[in-house]
Amino acid sequence: MAVVETPTGAPEAYRWEGNIEELRGLVSERAFTGETMLLNMGPHHPSTHGVLRVLLELDGEQIVNAVPDVGFLHTGIEKTIESKTYEKGVTATDRMDYLSPLSNNMAFCLAVEKLVDLDVPPRAQLIRVICLELQRIASHMVWLGTHAIDLGAMSVLLYAFREREKVLDMLEMLSGQRMMGSYFRPGGVWRDITSDFKPTLVKFLGEFPRAVQDYQRLLEKNPIWVDRTQGVGVIEPERALAWGMTGPALRGSGVNWDLRKSMPYSGYEQFTFNVPLGEHGDVYDRFMCRILELWESMKILHQALERLEDRGPFRSDNRKFVPPPRSELGQSMEAVIHHFKLWTAGFDAPDEEVFAAVESPRGEIGCYLHGTGGNMPRRVHFKTPSFMHISSLPLLTQGHFIADLVAIIGSVDIVLGDCDR
Amino acid sequence: MTTCVDIINTLSPCLVRAGWNADVANLLSLLLGVVIVATVPLLTVILLIWIERKFAARIQDRIGPNRVGPYGLLQSLADALKMLTKEDITPSGADRILFNLAPIITFATVVLIWAIIPFTPLHIGADLSIGILYFVAVGSIGAVKVMIGGWSSNNKYALLGAFRTIALIVSYEVPMILALLVPVLMAGSMGMQDLTRAQGGMWFIVMSPLAAIIFFVANLAETGRSPFDLLEAESELIAGYNIEYSGFKFGMFMAGEFMHVFTVAVLTAVLFLGGWWGPFVDQLPALGFIWLGLKTAVVYLFMLLIRNTVPRFRIDQVMNINWKFMVPLSIVLILVQSFLLRLIDALGLRPAPEMANDLLANLPQTLVLLAGNLVLGAIFMHLLQRHGRTLREADEALAVVKGEAAPSGGLAEA
Repeated sequence: MAVVETPTGAPEAYRWEGNIEELRGLVSERAFTGETMLLNMGPHHPSTHGVLRVLLELDGEQIVNAVPDVGFLHTGIEKTIESKTYEKGVTATDRMDYLSPLSNNMAFCLAVEKLVDLDVPPRAQLIRVICLELQRIASHMVWLGTHAIDLGAMSVLLYAFREREKVLDMLEMLSGQRMMGSYFRPGGVWRDITSDFKPTLVKFLGEFPRAVQDYQRLLEKNPIWVDRTQGVGVIEPERALAWGMTGPALRGSGVNWDLRKSMPYSGYEQFTFNVPLGEHGDVYDRFMCRILELWESMKILHQALERLEDRGPFRSDNRKFVPPPRSELGQSMEAVIHHFKLWTAGFDAPDEEVFAAVESPRGEIGCYLHGTGGNMPRRVHFKTPSFMHISSLPLLTQGHFIADLVAIIGSVDIVLGDCDR
Repeated sequence: MTTCVDIINTLSPCLVRAGWNADVANLLSLLLGVVIVATVPLLTVILLIWIERKFAARIQDRIGPNRVGPYGLLQSLADALKMLTKEDITPSGADRILFNLAPIITFATVVLIWAIIPFTPLHIGADLSIGILYFVAVGSIGAVKVMIGGWSSNNKYALLGAFRTIALIVSYEVPMILALLVPVLMAGSMGMQDLTRAQGGMWFIVMSPLAAIIFFVANLAETGRSPFDLLEAESELIAGYNIEYSGFKFGMFMAGEFMHVFTVAVLTAVLFLGGWWGPFVDQLPALGFIWLGLKTAVVYLFMLLIRNTVPRFRIDQVMNINWKFMVPLSIVLILVQSFLLRLIDALGLRPAPEMANDLLANLPQTLVLLAGNLVLGAIFMHLLQRHGRTLREADEALAVVKGEAAPSGGLAEA
């Protein structure tokens, strides 16, 4: 936006003298005659879930056009990883989708493991599945709370965050960090689970169903909630696919596409669970999809708990890629060399390109990784669900009220850190 | 009645007896009344904010304010002090006079309503013969303050919030006034004391539950409480019409709104829950204050319960509820109620004047009125259900015709 230079002095220069012509093509012609109102929503707005900015063209309260504007949270994480060794790169991925860091870890680790052809022992895969499902629950709790408070149901936020706290406590047990744990490493996980993790998980699985029932009782059949969500933000399956929507937002339209089923990773094929599907593709169906996913996640966690009995290595013992346990450092020269090498230079990866994708709570998060032959990647790119979902906002919101816009933003569940890497 | 029990009403004669000038004594006694009536709501609102926050906190599995003073009781005072010390900003494009006027109006309208609240059988600011009319008139100024605040802020969000609020308040005033006419019909007076006295035998909520419900819901909307909080709708409009206000002007808006809610609770208690009526009120009129307080607390906490449970309506849904449901219902209710009252007179079921405060004597007419209300409510619910079913079937038929599962979006319905 051009600032008109004024010779009169500094205060004038602060005044924005933008050219409305720059908006031509983004908003309808009626905005230029003053027939419709342009409203700037965000980036400082309580329900844009971070720093999304949406330029709205309003006819009364109805949205004629919505122009999403992203980039306010650009962190340059993809670029940062290019100057980090593969092991260190994991840490950066945590900060992308900050509501489900472990899914990002997973996508990146999968790509690295694919690139260097690294094996992951079954126990590590199992621990990863447990963490991912816990992360899904934690992320859905934030979604549920914020979605509900966007529609005015205040208490649900507190109830949802209460349960999320328990999940975060468990994740803290594993990695020492509540959110940015970087718990997954290429070749496995950082440490084995702690002894108090399992009883806590069992306790949580005992408490959580009641909480989900509470949420369902509060919202599922609540007439106001149903009125506010049904028939709002409808997207047909073909269009949802064409706009690159994934995850619950796509499944709400009835497309059966869940990477855990269709392209299993980390041993998801060994678990029995269902993929909830919607029919109408509206806000309510996306809401129900996520709520039912909570039950499926609990199912997976129950199955994983049974298998947690089998002991085994929690990370690959391929010493060229995975550091040896500290207990070996005192006895083996070999181990010291590997340790030193891996923590200074890291490992080298071939000059090839790979793509790995996982099902994050928000949808499909894919990691494209191009090695150089050296210890740092040439290019890392993440295909993230939030970006796709934000780009579909104009389509979803057309003709709806402002009040529906916040419902729709909530229902596609965006995280701006995930959008602006 | 002794002077010590009722110093407020007998102050003037006492002073005259003590040798004061009659005019000065009258003035003093009037001033005392004004100060008391105006301060009671102001002081209660401080406690009220604490109660509201604690109550919401308990619902939401939190502790709530617990740092300032015992049990966090002084939290509201601390908040008020904080607001006083904040910078008072007037936006550059704002209409300065109107912008500063709006918070004052907010506050004043609510305090003015307190003039007609009967606290006890003997204590009332001004027992106007047109108390209800006064309430409606003063309450309507509430719409003006929103319009002034939203318009003068020179902010699009404030304007949108004001649009919504005006539409909401003006619409919901219709069923509210119609519902208010029902107690007036039954008491045969518009004065607040008369209305309260008429409930000696039976509370109006039992005699006309529908009117009570309509009045309560319409007032929820008037005060902008959930589920009608779309005038504030922090998730959509950030703060609504008062977005540009800061410092103590914002504080006045907030306190004014809290007081409005409390005032509505008091009015509901006065009009439908028997006001100051309660055991031993005949012997000790001051007790009425406590009974009224208790009843008000019940209504107020019920409002809080609703506020913390339900989501928010959308503007078109709010309008639909009002114009398609509440207004027709309240009109029919008035017709039915006046017919029933005539019927009661014709059948001779109305209790004799000296028996008016007797529960048993009131029972026959109460039963007739209650039955009328229940039947009317049942008919309306049935109509509503049938309408809903037709809508659903039409939706499904449409989906079949279009060969898709998805029904049309919200636009088509609006």
